[in-house]
Amino acid sequence: MTFFDHVHAIGPALVCYAGAGAILSADLFHGRRAAIWGIAVLAAVGALGWTMAQAILGAEDGALSGAVRVDAFSIYLAFLIGAVLLAVVLAAREWAATIEQAAEFYALLLVSAGSMILLAQADDLITIFVALETTSISQFILAGVTRNDRSSEAGLKYLLTGAVAAAILLYGFAFLFGMAGTTSLEGIAAWVATGPEAQRLPLMLAFVLVAVGLGFKMAMAPSHAWAPDVYEGAPTLVATFLSVASKAAGFAVALRLFYTGLGGGDTIISQDWGMMFGALAAISMIVGNTGALVQTNAKRLLGYSSIAQAGNIAVGLAAVAVGSTNGPSGVLFFLGTYAATNIGAFVVVSFVTERLGSEQIEDFAGLIKRSPVAAVVLSLCLVSLTGIPPTAGFIAKVYIFNSAVQAGERWLVALVALAVLNTAISAFYYLRWVRTMLLDEPKDTTPIRAPGGTQFVLAAATVGVLFFGLDPSPLLHAAQDAAAALL
Amino acid sequence: MPPIPAIQDLSITLAHYLGLAGTIFAIGTVIALSKRNAVAVLMGIELMLNAVNLTVLAFSRFGAGFDRTGSAPLDGHVFVVFVLTVAAAEAAVALAMAVLVYRRRETIDLDRVNLMRW
Repeated sequence: MTFFDHVHAIGPALVCYAGAGAILSADLFHGRRAAIWGIAVLAAVGALGWTMAQAILGAEDGALSGAVRVDAFSIYLAFLIGAVLLAVVLAAREWAATIEQAAEFYALLLVSAGSMILLAQADDLITIFVALETTSISQFILAGVTRNDRSSEAGLKYLLTGAVAAAILLYGFAFLFGMAGTTSLEGIAAWVATGPEAQRLPLMLAFVLVAVGLGFKMAMAPSHAWAPDVYEGAPTLVATFLSVASKAAGFAVALRLFYTGLGGGDTIISQDWGMMFGALAAISMIVGNTGALVQTNAKRLLGYSSIAQAGNIAVGLAAVAVGSTNGPSGVLFFLGTYAATNIGAFVVVSFVTERLGSEQIEDFAGLIKRSPVAAVVLSLCLVSLTGIPPTAGFIAKVYIFNSAVQAGERWLVALVALAVLNTAISAFYYLRWVRTMLLDEPKDTTPIRAPGGTQFVLAAATVGVLFFGLDPSPLLHAAQDAAAALL
Repeated sequence: MPPIPAIQDLSITLAHYLGLAGTIFAIGTVIALSKRNAVAVLMGIELMLNAVNLTVLAFSRFGAGFDRTGSAPLDGHVFVVFVLTVAAAEAAVALAMAVLVYRRRETIDLDRVNLMRW
């Protein structure tokens, strides 16, 4: 393997880091805002382009002594994270021009996204840990980037919970390492395959610790408590990035670690970790949906909604554990549609709340008369989050629940029944918000216009939500290819 | 005269290290979850991370896996170096954030940093 093979493997992440460095240097020499924004766009496009090159040319196995692995799975997630990064950078143009820390905002966004791409490629406990912490630490600062009272409080809370979660995750890693005698996921998989019955209990302890630690990234119970506070306090576009990219990266690592490392369906431990994710899914859905029912703040409601959606995805993880063939692709497909949907919802909330000067849902009343585009896109996204056809969210939910039912376990069927019940509850608060926007009378009728970059992102998100709702096959095939690479 | 009992094996084993590390981790967790002062919470987190380091090092000294897999026995040491580095970065950011909050609110008592709840 030559030097360039190693560089090629981690290219997308390197482009992001280089972009971050360039932005900070440009800021040092008082570069113009537009130039800084331009570098951020270039870096995001460059990361996507390099991922495309990896998809076409392929990449050799075992780059950096086996620390990373480029396969269909990592490429799928790199595309997803790159697209989210690009969307946030495009939508942030007008907002970032108003804050003092624009350069830091873009630089940290790039570092965080680059590390997430690395996280999707990680094939070793050490790489996973370092990539995870690089993402997290940049996000802690991002949450507090505007330095006002709410933003700094969000940053501090996010950091303290995140650091505790990271320590718990690491303790789990320490036991995995100690028992398997290696940090590589293949090594752990080989050890688990030998059926070490005597170590079953410590192994269960280890993966519970790991799941609690990773649950922080996915906003999944029991480490979900930060989500509503941070979504409310952090700048809305930062919350967009956290809710979509961070969740995708978290579930990606969970798939790699549990599915590749501990095995699905046929190892001594797979039923156990499946049931654990089943229980966590149930708690997340109940906590998220009951919490969201009573919210009056739009961003806070989306925070609780994000916890409930993590529960839906975790149903897919439970299905993966019992050996469902469609489980892994279900999780990946859900993450793809969730990205389009949540970006649409958050970006609308971002510019509308800024113009309204309020984050209360009641102030969204009659939005259809003030900004038809915003109201229609947000309604569509909320319908998709509920899971009503013809949107992408519907297909994703049906696919993931179907994969769980087909696995043929009683407790999984019960879990899906609970998930369907929770969907009905979630319809109440999502559709109440839609009704407020479409039917209520506005207090004030001055039109609200979406800024230029935002319009583009909204159009892309709408096309994604509708297109994958009507014809899911392209994304579904990509997700299935990605899932096949995991084994 | 009864025979003098044989001196028991007093060498320190893996179990001792794991027990100590587990205790430190538990103490750290309790501190991190119960203290109201942000800096005290950070100290709890540092304890948790150090317990992890101790566990990893004990495993790489005594662990069962090492003669079996033939992997580089330095894996654990490398792991610990990364944990130390990341912990330092995290502490730096955390202290900066605590200073920021203190300047705006004149408190870092987490019960009073509560603009947002429910």
